[in-house]
Amino acid sequence: MTTFPIEKIRADFPILGEKIRNKPLVYLDNAASCQKPQAVIDSIVHTYSHEYANIHRGVHTLSVKATDKFEGAREKVRAFINAASTKEIVFVRGATEAINLVAQSYGRPQFKAGDEIVISAMEHHANIVPWQMLCQQTGTVLKVAPMSRQGELLFDEFEQLLNGKTKLVAITHMSNALGTINPVEKIVAAAHAKNIPVLLDGAQAIPHMSVDVQALGCDFYVFSSHKLYGPSGVGVLYGKQALLEAMPPYQGGGDMIRKVTFAETEYAGLPQKFEAGTPAIAEIIGLGAAIDYVTAIGMENIAAYEAALLEYATEQAQQIKGLNIIGQAAHKGGILSFTLDRIHPHDIGTMLDSLGIAIRAGHHCAMPVMDFYGVPATARASFAMYNTREEIDVLMQGIKSLIEVFG
Amino acid sequence: MFEDLRDLYQEVIFDHNRNPRNFRVMENANRQVEGFNPLCGDRLTLYLKIDDHVISDASFQGSGCAISTASVSLMTEIVKGKTEAEADALFKQFHEMTTGKSEEINLEAIGKLAVLAGVREYPARVKCATLAWHTLDAALKNEAQSISTE
Repeated sequence: MTTFPIEKIRADFPILGEKIRNKPLVYLDNAASCQKPQAVIDSIVHTYSHEYANIHRGVHTLSVKATDKFEGAREKVRAFINAASTKEIVFVRGATEAINLVAQSYGRPQFKAGDEIVISAMEHHANIVPWQMLCQQTGTVLKVAPMSRQGELLFDEFEQLLNGKTKLVAITHMSNALGTINPVEKIVAAAHAKNIPVLLDGAQAIPHMSVDVQALGCDFYVFSSHKLYGPSGVGVLYGKQALLEAMPPYQGGGDMIRKVTFAETEYAGLPQKFEAGTPAIAEIIGLGAAIDYVTAIGMENIAAYEAALLEYATEQAQQIKGLNIIGQAAHKGGILSFTLDRIHPHDIGTMLDSLGIAIRAGHHCAMPVMDFYGVPATARASFAMYNTREEIDVLMQGIKSLIEVFG
Repeated sequence: MFEDLRDLYQEVIFDHNRNPRNFRVMENANRQVEGFNPLCGDRLTLYLKIDDHVISDASFQGSGCAISTASVSLMTEIVKGKTEAEADALFKQFHEMTTGKSEEINLEAIGKLAVLAGVREYPARVKCATLAWHTLDAALKNEAQSISTE
């Protein structure tokens, strides 16, 4: 690998030059949302300044231009995750909406009382609650595959949960609270051996590694743009064409129809069938710009750089007495979730903030994970490709100082 | 380091966080309410003994951040011996102080609690300081077994 262009990358993110409480910003809350490069900001400004109109309408020039850019972004997403067709790329508001769409449009019409859905013990609320709602509607039962204290899926126990009643496996590719990267190829193989489809929640994984949905073989893959350096308000549902074809629309409205009379409506084909109403046009085009940006750097290069960062941060953290790392899976992405003896995560968060360091303190929308470890909350530093060893040093110095202050 | 935080984390707060006062289960309590802050997971149980409208004893159990622990510790100290009406008045003054509604803090009335005035500059932390008092409010009204700061 050639040298990772960290200085150039940092210069591309204007917000990294900000001062927070008179200190240089150290942004370590990337698992919640990533910052945006100038290319994405410029893309949004450019769209609204020069190429904005509604899409898939009218013959006028601007609408045609906007439609081209919009569908161009869909092709960029397709190529980025190596889907077979742009028909398999549905734009939604975020990973959360994508999961809700699958629950309501794939699950609700066909899952019955006594059927089972398997998730894991490390899921984000977005991959728990939509299934609970579906279970309430249909009588389907939610099964939870357990994990170890290290935060690794107990694969044998997971496999034992798969049976003739299992209608879907929905599992995270990478845990937002622990950093665990799940063995998704093995998970898909085990489920498919029993003809069970698999949804992978890629919200955390997508900015950290190269994802090939055909190689993974998953049936659904969901992610959000805002965690991939793109605009918020946009997400992607990938679904295998045959599955999407068979699913009824999720919402009704404009853009998702072929023909409407008061008697009946003929729905549009894929993917428009699932895209009722005017979408987040400029944001979706901005997601395309974000994909261009990370692709130019190379997902493999990003993954390698972040792995080295995490390793360094973990080594440093392990040297701090009273610091407990929550989530120590062998295969992990750039997340360092931790607690400090006798110091509440919210105090850690406020204290570090006064030093310009942004971390997350709380339950990370994964309350069952907190319950599993018997903590009300954790502090979480999460890394992105623009973070540096120097920033990790600032974080560690901050942690040492606040331990001293609390005494 | 942490110079900017001196208004929020005063020495009194560290002291009460390290050594919370009245931190015990009260066997003969006649009011007991659980307070919960779902955002940060802070959870406390407040015990009161009220005789003839006077709070003769107050104690708590639970875990939370330094701000919430110091707040409930200070509160149990200050309400002891107060009438229910006096405690309710304190709740209202404390609430105004921490949410920044009253510019002037009535130091005489609020006393030691003034060390928590700093949270008004940290909107994300106001609920940490007020959890104890909302729990007290529920205990005084004697309506609910548990409250949650949504």
